[in-house]
Amino acid sequence: MAKMKFLCDSERCIECNGCVTACKNANETEWGIQRRRVVTLDDGEPTETSISVACMHCTDAPCMAVCPTDCFYQTDDGIVLHDKDLCIGCGYCLFACPFGAPQFPTEGAFGERGKMDKCTFCAGGPEEDPIVEKEKYGANRIKEGKLPLCAEMCSTKALLAGDAQVVSDIFRERVVYRGHKDGAWSSLEGGAATPGQMSQEEMAARAEAFATDATFASNTKGDIIAKA
Amino acid sequence: MKLTKKTATGAGKTDSKGLGLSRRTFLKNTGITTGGLAAAGFMGNGMIRKAEAKTEAISPNAPKEVKRTICSHCSVGCGVYAEVQNGVWTYQEPAFDHPFNRGAHCAKGASLREHGHGERRLKYPMKLVNGKWQKVSWETAIDEIGDKMQQIRAESGPDSVYWLGSAKHNNEQAYLFRKFAAHWGTNNVDHQARICHSTTVAGVANTWGYGAMTNSFNDMHNCKSVILIGSNPSEAHPVAMQHILLAKERNKAQIIVVDPRFTRTAAKANEYVRIRPGTDVAYVWGLLWHIFENGWEDKEFIRQRVYGMDEVRAEVAKWTPAEVENVTGVGEAQMRKVAKMLATNRPGSVVWCMGGTQHTTGNNNTRAYCILMLALGNMGVSGGGANIFRGHDNVQGATDLGVLSHTLPGYYGLSGGAWKHWAGVWGVDLEWLKGRFDPAQYRGKQPMNNAGIPVSRWVDGVLENKDKIDQKDNIRAMVYWGHAVNSQTRGVEMKKAMEKLDMMVIVDPYPTHAAVMHDRKDGVYLLPACTQFETYGSVTASNRSIQWRDQVIEPLFESKTDHEIMYRFAKKLGFADQLFKNIKVEGNIPVIEDITREFNSGMWTIGYTAQSPERLKAHQQNWHTFDFDTLKADGGPANGDFYGMPWPCWGTPEMKHPGTPLLYDTSKPVAEGGLNFRARFGVERDGVSLLAEDSYPVGADIKDGHPEFTDKLLKQLGWWDDLTAEEKKAAEGKNWKTDLSGGIQRVAIKHGCAPFGNAKARAVVWTFPDKVPLHREPLYTPRRDLLSKYATWKDVESHYRLPTLYESIQKQDFSKEYPIILTSGRLVEYEGGGEETRSNPWLAELQQEMFAEINPYDANNLNVRDGADIWVEGAEGGRIKVKAMVTRRVDRGVVFIPFHFGGKFQGKDLTDKYPQGSAPYVVGEAANTATTYGYDSVTQMQETKVTLCKVTPA
Repeated sequence: MAKMKFLCDSERCIECNGCVTACKNANETEWGIQRRRVVTLDDGEPTETSISVACMHCTDAPCMAVCPTDCFYQTDDGIVLHDKDLCIGCGYCLFACPFGAPQFPTEGAFGERGKMDKCTFCAGGPEEDPIVEKEKYGANRIKEGKLPLCAEMCSTKALLAGDAQVVSDIFRERVVYRGHKDGAWSSLEGGAATPGQMSQEEMAARAEAFATDATFASNTKGDIIAKA
Repeated sequence: MKLTKKTATGAGKTDSKGLGLSRRTFLKNTGITTGGLAAAGFMGNGMIRKAEAKTEAISPNAPKEVKRTICSHCSVGCGVYAEVQNGVWTYQEPAFDHPFNRGAHCAKGASLREHGHGERRLKYPMKLVNGKWQKVSWETAIDEIGDKMQQIRAESGPDSVYWLGSAKHNNEQAYLFRKFAAHWGTNNVDHQARICHSTTVAGVANTWGYGAMTNSFNDMHNCKSVILIGSNPSEAHPVAMQHILLAKERNKAQIIVVDPRFTRTAAKANEYVRIRPGTDVAYVWGLLWHIFENGWEDKEFIRQRVYGMDEVRAEVAKWTPAEVENVTGVGEAQMRKVAKMLATNRPGSVVWCMGGTQHTTGNNNTRAYCILMLALGNMGVSGGGANIFRGHDNVQGATDLGVLSHTLPGYYGLSGGAWKHWAGVWGVDLEWLKGRFDPAQYRGKQPMNNAGIPVSRWVDGVLENKDKIDQKDNIRAMVYWGHAVNSQTRGVEMKKAMEKLDMMVIVDPYPTHAAVMHDRKDGVYLLPACTQFETYGSVTASNRSIQWRDQVIEPLFESKTDHEIMYRFAKKLGFADQLFKNIKVEGNIPVIEDITREFNSGMWTIGYTAQSPERLKAHQQNWHTFDFDTLKADGGPANGDFYGMPWPCWGTPEMKHPGTPLLYDTSKPVAEGGLNFRARFGVERDGVSLLAEDSYPVGADIKDGHPEFTDKLLKQLGWWDDLTAEEKKAAEGKNWKTDLSGGIQRVAIKHGCAPFGNAKARAVVWTFPDKVPLHREPLYTPRRDLLSKYATWKDVESHYRLPTLYESIQKQDFSKEYPIILTSGRLVEYEGGGEETRSNPWLAELQQEMFAEINPYDANNLNVRDGADIWVEGAEGGRIKVKAMVTRRVDRGVVFIPFHFGGKFQGKDLTDKYPQGSAPYVVGEAANTATTYGYDSVTQMQETKVTLCKVTPA
């Protein structure tokens, strides 16, 4: 079984928001609900860095741990999903989530939060009827052997999705090409090592260590590969 | 079939009165954790319900048709798989096999499918009666408009109706539009290219022959350095960044961004250089000063392939490091560093966009960039080149097909010979055509052979005293056919002009800002046109590749395709028989392929002749066979062709020329896509040869420079008998541009020679106001101290039919009252005037508020807080009320505003003035309400990048 992961390569993310509208395109979430967003740090400063964020489908997901109605479940692929019929809109999951992934539509006169909505890794949700599933949870691309549309459409291939092993292979290759000493989450200038400061082997080793950290790679191989 | 996928629940006016969090302020102020919640909360119920839509359920199992189309939002030309079920566009899948984008999209491309919803489209023809919109039938609308046009024509001549075309038309529609204007009898026809890259086309074509991007996005993988000046692909051409970042990553290319603003592209650069807006020539000369000083120029390349570099040297010598710093603000150390980066990382490419072109001195800027590349020997090589990123999806095509007031299709110009050529192609009687024009002379020029009023100046065509215009009368009717008026400067005067017109006709999928910005009570018609997803045809990407689009869905609501609307107008106006002589019309719809074939048969100048519909469709069906780096098909039905047959694709389709992927690349035979600089400016000047020396494409029989091919040259060379008997008949008395058989081109290429000759590029253009590009201060400059050295030109009495002011504006000192430089630019979510993209809820949600970026230093001095309302007032008094965004992205003394907003005017919300249900989701002040006068001295490009303003808290 694959272990599904996202990884956003901040060296490539240009904050074009393609992932955000690709998500809208796939899932048709309503105005105000953005399952995926691009966060920019140091906006307008020389250290400006952007990264695309959605539910990271944590291995030990805090939202699952705190949910009072136990509406969350994890698929065999490691995708964290939830049952909107069980959700009471309490918002605990939002407090627990390190990424701010859970979203709440405001509906009705008393300002209750409504059913929680979040990235499903384009894996739909617990409904048999595909029309109802689409309406309630959005696309189920995983069922069709496709990956989340946000990553598939990323303008610069910054956002990667797929089996953790494949994602980390792609990322590791980039890090080796770049020769950066820190890889993934480094800013452009700060992390750059001039060629010659570090041996190829050292760079590769560090890159590998880092990529493994960043993606929580599992040893299992999946049948769905990253198309990046 | 009507699209019923979504129906907005409230068809009334929009209420985008949410908080209007831009993604930037939003992230800055709230932090990601509470962001979603906050946004939803502040938006209020109305907002959510409006955008919420009812979905008519279509089973995922319904049969799917997969269409191949091309994104219509910029000129990168990204491929798209559109999946259609029961006539509804239900899915959009990434085209991983497309050679340009490999499935990738920016925000606009990734939301393309929303075009299939089109909730806020103009649904049916409408006219304004007593200040209210009234639904009318197509027949009534065409009849009434046509009658009024004929009346204006009878009273004021054909030049009083202005045909404003579009870069959003496909090639066939663009070509038909230009031909339509010719048949109406006017050169008052133009489109967005005038205000986007006209200075590029003029500057670049006059340097080496063709005014287009020389290499391709894909070829940029081979760059060792890329210098982007006035270009921000992260927002304007995001998928281009995929290629640029690949060069950076795999090729260790040095990325240099030169821009007054620290852009999102700058955030990815190795070196960011901040210059004062409008000092591009000074900056480039400053780089060349170091290059010449250190002998870093490519001397052999210059000897073989460049004319006039010594005159440039003399000018560059004046640009000492101290002077460069004084004018541009960039110090010696960084100048030298960048010059060295370019010199030691070859081949390198220069990229420029509107930041370079939209200036009174735009033609000087574009030539300076070219000269920089020539000095470095970066032209005609893979990984080098002037990679000019065009804007709209088909602005390259519409430019090539001559939707311009100064030329017929194919850059043939407006001379008697040009008209003769095209009348021949069209099969119409030249005398009949002449009879359609105003025969009188104005300042010694006949309207048929005199460039028309450019789109940048239609306002003056309406308002200027008619004795000062080189035509019979003022413009009395405007036809805005796919144009955003808010992308043009001087909004306040534009409003006056609109109110003076007899009639406004807006043909567009959306009502546009033009429908609401004036206070007219009648005489305005709105005609709903289709998008490119409701028709099919060809589109030219920035790299000159021509791509074929399938039709995805049927026309929505009562909209019609542009070519059908043209046919209906031609029928009403009485010239349909002439206009469609070679083009079959089925019902009211002209056959697209017939139009392609017609322009194929006449576009010899730039090699738009061999891209037949059949070849284009074969390329479209075989995206996967083209290489991601070279664009060449290795095997498959298009074996050996370059994707989209980038022009020039010489000769007839039967000749099977593969297209030219890199212009002026002598390392390949011409028959395989090689080329050299064009012999366009004669063979010698002042006794010095203009032809190339010892440089020629591989395999050429003439191993030196040579003039362009004519029947006479073929005879001199003894190649005449290589022509067939039939070709000889057609070629007699003709040249490579006018021989309709293609024989002259075929024989030249058979001998390995470029049909257009083999010359040097010229670093000096003796027909332009500044022979060597000079730095001249903007008309509205804060640096009064520099005027003694770098003043602008004298006023011109008549240019493109109109008086054009320079000195008389610059002489006045506005810098006391308006001390801050105002510049404008792009946001990734929106395109152009933004009507289409602001009507797309997936995009509109991301940018809900018009804003102005201002440096903290200025903000604090002016008592402006981040997120507060401010007035930005331009130096001519136009005012816009916008949100302040305090950021160091801009320098002290510079304010930046994005230009995609509309639907507000000088503080007033115009939402109520849109026809019911068609207001965009987001409205905002149009940047150009505050911009000012200023036009390029060669092309009449508008100045949008430097003017002056003042900022006050609102």
